Amino acid sequence: MTGPLDLSRRAVLGAGTAFVLSVALPLPRRAAAQRAEADATFDAFVSIDADGIITIQSKHLEMGQGVMTGLAAMVAEELDADWSQMRAVHSPADDEVYANLAYGSVQATGSSTSISNAYEQMRRAGATARAMLVAAAAEDWGVSEDEIAVRRGTLSHPSGRETEFGALAAAASRTAPQDVSLKDPSDFTLIGTHLPRLDAEAKTTGAPIFAMDETPPSALVMTIVHPPKFGSMVASVDDVEALAIKDVERVAFYDAGVAIFARDTHAALQGRAAVRVGWNHIDAETRSSADLYAEWSGAASTPGVIVENRGDVDARLADAAESVEAEYRFPFLAHMPIEPIDGVIRWDETGGVVWLATQMPALDRDVIAGELGLDPATVTMNTMYVGGAFGRRSQPGQNIARELGRIAKAGGPGTYKIMWTREDETKGGFYRPLTVHNIKAGLDVDGAIVAWDNTIANQSFFTGTMFEGWSIQDGIDKTAIEGADNLPYVWPDHRVSWQRMYSGVPTLWWRAVGHTHAGYVTETFLEELLHRTGRDPVQGRLDLLAPDRTRDRAVLEKVAAMAEDAGAVPEGRTRGVALHKSYGTYMAIIAEVSDDDGMPRCHRAWAAVDCGIVLTPDNVASQIEGGVGFGLSSLLAEEIVLGDGGEVEQSSYVDYPILTIDRMPHVEVATIPSAAPPTGVGELGVAPIRPAVANAWFHLTGEMVRTLPFSSRDRA
Amino acid sequence: MSLDLTINGDTASVDATPDTPLLWALRDHLGLTGTKYGCGIGQCGACAVLIDGVLAYACVTPIDTLGGASVETIDDLSGPAAEAVKAAWIAHDFAQCGYCQPGQVVAATALLSETPAPTDADIDAAMSGQLCRCATYQRVRAAIHTAAADLEGGE
Repeated sequence: MTGPLDLSRRAVLGAGTAFVLSVALPLPRRAAAQRAEADATFDAFVSIDADGIITIQSKHLEMGQGVMTGLAAMVAEELDADWSQMRAVHSPADDEVYANLAYGSVQATGSSTSISNAYEQMRRAGATARAMLVAAAAEDWGVSEDEIAVRRGTLSHPSGRETEFGALAAAASRTAPQDVSLKDPSDFTLIGTHLPRLDAEAKTTGAPIFAMDETPPSALVMTIVHPPKFGSMVASVDDVEALAIKDVERVAFYDAGVAIFARDTHAALQGRAAVRVGWNHIDAETRSSADLYAEWSGAASTPGVIVENRGDVDARLADAAESVEAEYRFPFLAHMPIEPIDGVIRWDETGGVVWLATQMPALDRDVIAGELGLDPATVTMNTMYVGGAFGRRSQPGQNIARELGRIAKAGGPGTYKIMWTREDETKGGFYRPLTVHNIKAGLDVDGAIVAWDNTIANQSFFTGTMFEGWSIQDGIDKTAIEGADNLPYVWPDHRVSWQRMYSGVPTLWWRAVGHTHAGYVTETFLEELLHRTGRDPVQGRLDLLAPDRTRDRAVLEKVAAMAEDAGAVPEGRTRGVALHKSYGTYMAIIAEVSDDDGMPRCHRAWAAVDCGIVLTPDNVASQIEGGVGFGLSSLLAEEIVLGDGGEVEQSSYVDYPILTIDRMPHVEVATIPSAAPPTGVGELGVAPIRPAVANAWFHLTGEMVRTLPFSSRDRA
Repeated sequence: MSLDLTINGDTASVDATPDTPLLWALRDHLGLTGTKYGCGIGQCGACAVLIDGVLAYACVTPIDTLGGASVETIDDLSGPAAEAVKAAWIAHDFAQCGYCQPGQVVAATALLSETPAPTDADIDAAMSGQLCRCATYQRVRAAIHTAAADLEGGE
């Protein structure tokens, strides 16, 4: 591999490292333990070697969102480095040093918080390193620090003296200054320009960057037979046929699964197919999706825990000239990354090493250590790149890590690679929660909205996890309803409430989370209300915007202008608009859609985005395009269905079809110039495209689809 | 038992059962991990390889069906089309999670080997078996056009 990516942390931080910075961070107990055990660089963000290579420790998981490149851009900007010097690696696991500052003391990647929480922290790391280099140069040259200029990795003095970062790195290794000043955004030279991704070459050439690519000698491959229903327990195992297969070494079972250990993957898969397991379904979830919809629907018909309440919605609805009511249904959705769950572990009684792609590496490390009966300080977590996460690798209950630890424990000291199949991945739960919205609006005699009443029924994926108390406050799980609240629009009386439901189906964050359904309901229901009185979709929205929602207004006006500039709508197509803010970022989108044999086909889309300062413009556009594709995919044909008895009906991409290239629209992205701190874009495109396409379809055909996906209309 | 395979121009001896899919022979027995697992049933394209220059899915190709066929994998994919595709992929700088991209590169190489100047429709038809959950498709199209232009310019 010749690219900038170096996955061997030891190689990066080892002999070549001349100076390392710990930016006024306390040295916590756990990091101290790791220091003693490995090398003296574990709690740093930035290191510079003698060749001038600058390596940043990414506390966040690179899932494709470009976070490593974004974090490196912040450091490089304040350090006045040359982009070609920059490298990034996943940091060690540490809940204190590498905490997500948006969450407190937990190292976690999610909710599009990576860029925003690290923005000042990483810039400060870069600025501190710069100050240390300048101080070293000043001392070396016998000049004043303020006479030294730094540009693209070179320090210089008016006398003509000049040196590269690498030559001074060792000398710069001294006490960090307590306070450094950060650049004014108007002085940025790298941020906002095109910065090639640091991982482009590795990802083009098939470099071994994923957990599945780790091939330690003598590792056994483990496949798992998972329960056919959620909550079923192993009652009996017949492993005679499985063990007769060449290279199948052993079969072990635990409460919720049977593990096959084999010398290669083929044998492990054959063993998985050959083992016969009897199941006890006494604690299993046996309700079907239809059963759950019926219950959720009943619950949503009356208000739940109040999320927002202004005025007297019930009275206003009763008095309204006209009232409109609709129910929306959203299925379970699977993440379906192309890389299924996998991980590698090597352990004995003295400690272990784990290779895992995880959005919560320190918590996962602790859970694995616990399963193995080891002190977490003796377990090293190597965070790997992930072949798509979309929330799947962020486990409030640490389930992936727990299974890995549990099965490795069953295998005894040794080296193991766990590998889920596509079928495991599809049927394995941790879905976007099945959700029902019941929404009512009251209109006055002119058709203006005077009351809005939205009740959401779904389950919280924090239920039963260590995050439950932290995430469910005043009886509300914000991830269950986000996007239904804090609307940009104003009307006299307004209520949003949540009916908390329970099922045995494990659910989870799924890219854009609550916004996926809440954005759809808000923007399609509003579209219908505007349409009833002939209001223009764009102007009608602008008229409803709260005066202080200027950034919403700007993206909506911008996207309207973009579509206008694109010219007339071609014959047979129509356009739909949606406006939706998520994760602090504002977005409006217009989709151009035709009727493709009863299904919407989105040909083009225009997106206007305000994400504050645009760190890396090309990556922002990439993320929006990808989010649009991801959202469109879910709108069209994705659904996990629990059949009678509670078994998942889908098993692979054949019956859970994700978007293919021939259905990808051409997406044009524009960003609004801004000096506001940057906000996330990784999930942004997902929520708005769905109602935009549905609204276009509504205008094209007269049909407003309220049960997703569109393909499920065949079944109904 | 042992089977001789021709991988990236070299003969490789693999000690595996004859029904072992090429994917696992490559990954587990030969240490060639550029070819990825995604579905095991030829539905996602992550394991795309070239067999005698033709696009094939390694997860559904048992090694005893290969005979003396020549297998090319992403790990050592070469030739004018492959080089143009890889250069275009890096120039367009669009890989997100990156897991599917080796398969995309192999499939694009196969496309350009047969159709040096593909239209968008050609690309959509040839590449629709290559799933990308990050939906980088818009830039896959653009990169293939760039690679095609480079190939034409180089002739």
